[in-house]
Amino acid sequence: MDLLNIQDISVKYGKNPKPTIEHFNLDMKEGEVVSVVGESGSGKTTVIRAVLGLLPGGGQVTDGDILFEGRSLLKLSKNEWRDLRGSKVSMIFQDSGAMINPIRKIGAQYVEYIRTHEKISKKDAFDKGVEMLERMRLPDGRNIMNSYPFQLSGGMRQRVGIAMAMTFSPKLLLADEPTSALDVTTQAQIVRQIMELRDQFGTSVIIVTHNIGVAAYMADQLVVMQYGKVVDRGTRDDVMKHPTNDYTKNLLAAVPEMEGKRYVS
Amino acid sequence: MSPEKNENAAVNPMPDGSAGADYMSEKETGHEAILTACHVTKQFPASGGRTLKACNDINLTVYRGRTLGIVGESGCGKSTFVKMIVQMFQPTEGQILFDGKDITKLKGEELRQSRKKIQMVFQDPAAAFSPKMKIIDIVTEPLMNFKLIKRSEREAKAKELLRMVELPEDFIYRYPHNMSGGQRQRVGIARALALEPEIIVCDEATSALDVSVQDRIIELLVKLQKEKGISFVFICHDMALVQSFAHQLAVMYLGNIVEVLSGSEVATNAQHPYTQAMLGAIFSTKMDFTKKIESIESEAPSPVDAPPGCPFQNRCDRCMEICKKEKPSLKTIGKGHEVACHLF
Repeated sequence: MDLLNIQDISVKYGKNPKPTIEHFNLDMKEGEVVSVVGESGSGKTTVIRAVLGLLPGGGQVTDGDILFEGRSLLKLSKNEWRDLRGSKVSMIFQDSGAMINPIRKIGAQYVEYIRTHEKISKKDAFDKGVEMLERMRLPDGRNIMNSYPFQLSGGMRQRVGIAMAMTFSPKLLLADEPTSALDVTTQAQIVRQIMELRDQFGTSVIIVTHNIGVAAYMADQLVVMQYGKVVDRGTRDDVMKHPTNDYTKNLLAAVPEMEGKRYVS
Repeated sequence: MSPEKNENAAVNPMPDGSAGADYMSEKETGHEAILTACHVTKQFPASGGRTLKACNDINLTVYRGRTLGIVGESGCGKSTFVKMIVQMFQPTEGQILFDGKDITKLKGEELRQSRKKIQMVFQDPAAAFSPKMKIIDIVTEPLMNFKLIKRSEREAKAKELLRMVELPEDFIYRYPHNMSGGQRQRVGIARALALEPEIIVCDEATSALDVSVQDRIIELLVKLQKEKGISFVFICHDMALVQSFAHQLAVMYLGNIVEVLSGSEVATNAQHPYTQAMLGAIFSTKMDFTKKIESIESEAPSPVDAPPGCPFQNRCDRCMEICKKEKPSLKTIGKGHEVACHLF
């Protein structure tokens, strides 16, 4: 059985008659990494927000169905969502710093998060947090638990976000531009780390990014979107080496490359 | 003057005034130096009585009609450096010579007039304009400020500027929010062009744009450079992008220039361990996807407590004893190629 089936969904926001995404399909197996690429406004973020039931501002799935482990996600009650989010399906955002409350220490929020999903003492929750942070290669987890978000660098905050998301070994990890706000060296570290999650925990990952290099590097399946529609999809080699669609070809040609096109002599 | 400074002076004999410019222009023969930064240092006070050295003894030259790219990770001081070029900050030490004249000492009307020559394009085109001004007001405001045109000439001038950046003329009555990101960035470029500057400083001018839009903006900049002989100083964190159109590329790390080389040589001949680490961390559409991505594990230290000796020592896999004690200065190792590393 597939882990996730997105069956022909369309999403509309508010009264806008034109759907933001149209007839989107995706089947993914356990341990698979799917990259969704596209330019701004292509609807790539809307896809993963729909999976987590977190469409902002009056967005709703108007057609189709989303099945997670064979169960439809669209008819879940609040309590059912609460069981699922953060434990079986979790998300990493572009800037984990913005997800964390700036006036509370990391530890306080992490402990609260763990205790919402699991009945354990505060001390045990704290230790579990420290362990997760250190597994994500953050040196001195205790120190980080006692820090405020602004005391950490962007890369460290992103690692905290990943550590939190991975606390309950979710089956599915949704990553929305997880490296876009980071420097290249940090980006490479985070990408490598997300790939290791798959190897260690067997987590399936949907990564949404505009960085085609990152998307291709991570992907088993690659989906290219434009104006809310899938314009190209397939395995990494299919899409990267033999793009059939003109949009994909242009997109690939526009990516700056070392030793690639030079604009000046 | 610190001993470290004297050392630098010995390697880079850049006395004040024109002699410095002469020395620099030898490096890229046939090109006239237009702006030279000599030993520019900028310090900010930090908490606990400490100082943050955002730029440490920077020597760089911008040539007429050429592009100087500056790359580096966040917090390396690249924005601070260009803000000194456009005179938003005053350097703590050092000089910035523009046409042989130190612009850091200018005051009052002289300062105001000198700003005409150096203009800037910002990263986020949505935040760079007043949302209540129409495009015609935005692009002609610099000209009106300097009383270079009359009110009646505004429309014609605005249309001319929009033509230059390949936007439809009827956009002059639009507001910034009625345009896409790429179109807005073109307006930003049009505004920078209005005063016919000799240097345009772009601080991450394409980072907020999609790749296909980015490609067209770069093509526009290169075309304008060829037509008007403008020099660009282009800050970018995307090494692959900046090397594709920069004549000269400076790599910054923790407030220091660690390598300067020709843009065409970046892919093949970058020598500094930090430059190589950055190159190794690039995800490309043509890379070998089965290979593990290489990257240095650690993070850059805070510029408030930069390590003694070489700033890169704690992340460098080729760190030697000397690197921990002595700070390397820039050495010329090839034509237009300088590296600050004890390995060379």
